[in-house]
Amino acid sequence: MLAVVADWVTYSLLSLTPHSLFAGAVNFFIYDSLKIVLLLMIIIFAISIVRSFLPPEKIRSILSHEKQYTGNLLAALLGIVTPFCSCSAVPLFLGFLRAGIPLGVTFSFLVASPMINEVALVLLVGLFGWRIALLYVVSGLAIAIVSGIVIGKLRVENLLKDFVFANKGAAPEFSRDMSWNDRIQYARGYTLEILKKVWLYILFGVGVGAWIHGYVPANFLAAYAGGSTWYAVPLATLIGIPLYSNAAGVIPLVSALTEKGVAMGTTLSFMMAVTALSLPEFMILKTVMKTKLIVLFAGIVGLGIMFTGYMFNLILK
Amino acid sequence: MKLEVLGTGCAKCKKLVELTRQAATEMGIPDEILKVEKIDDIVNYGVMITPALVINGTVVAAGRLPEKEEIKTWIRKNIQ
Repeated sequence: MLAVVADWVTYSLLSLTPHSLFAGAVNFFIYDSLKIVLLLMIIIFAISIVRSFLPPEKIRSILSHEKQYTGNLLAALLGIVTPFCSCSAVPLFLGFLRAGIPLGVTFSFLVASPMINEVALVLLVGLFGWRIALLYVVSGLAIAIVSGIVIGKLRVENLLKDFVFANKGAAPEFSRDMSWNDRIQYARGYTLEILKKVWLYILFGVGVGAWIHGYVPANFLAAYAGGSTWYAVPLATLIGIPLYSNAAGVIPLVSALTEKGVAMGTTLSFMMAVTALSLPEFMILKTVMKTKLIVLFAGIVGLGIMFTGYMFNLILK
Repeated sequence: MKLEVLGTGCAKCKKLVELTRQAATEMGIPDEILKVEKIDDIVNYGVMITPALVINGTVVAAGRLPEKEEIKTWIRKNIQ
């Protein structure tokens, strides 16, 4: 149905010549933007409703009863539905640790929460399809769980700043009773807020993607970033680190590059690095942990991301 | 009445301070709004996602930007 709208705008409204490069790019742009904005509205709304049942206090109380392994698994899963902004990373981190949640379990949450977020999910489904989106989610969960378990085993509590445990004790609970009306209000507000924040990046990303789609020859990048280039995965991971805030613009761009020969595993590594490893978040985390722990955390997650990239480059030939 | 806004300086936190100030002024309440920016203090209130609004020591909203009317309702409850 969306294709009909896109065709109508391209060929009737703008009366562009069918089969020309320009018309192809315009058609692609309209179709993809429409599809993504629609998907974003539906999925963010649905996730917000689920989220209204799982405020961070509730997640904390669920996780504080869990031990290793099951705790890591649950933390990663619950990380999916939690909204994440790097400005909340520190209070969440402190709140979890002081409630007695193990360090490794807290890290599993901290990795999964930004990596598997609804915006990335929508863009993946819209531009790459369900199969790739599912691969991303499953491997993202695996990375979050494994890095959390590894950090837990390393017993690095001494790398936290001293004040972290200085003030231990149950944090006061506060209840927030919500009616269904409140939940719908909340979900609507949140959906609008996210859309406002990302629409420009998405249009930009899809726009550049559409240009690439129309003008760059197929397989142009295969020689540089195809599955057989060994350095493509680590390079993609490194480039992804400083691009955090632009995930919404980066994914459409990357999807166009994939068409031109960038291997799928490399693409997945890049997107995971964009969402999970963020420079501003590292700076903020310095208030609660020593630099050594941040490097360790980034290193373990980075290795996981690269491993995933190489693995999918081998499997998804 | 003690009005506190908890937040580490994000854009939404500033917005909440502004909204709370407006609500208080419109209701003729002269109280100053205390900005709590120290992480330790924020976490001690049990808040993990900022911004949050605390009235007379009780967290009334956390992790979202409430409407001005909502803030007024909370203030009203605390007057009685």
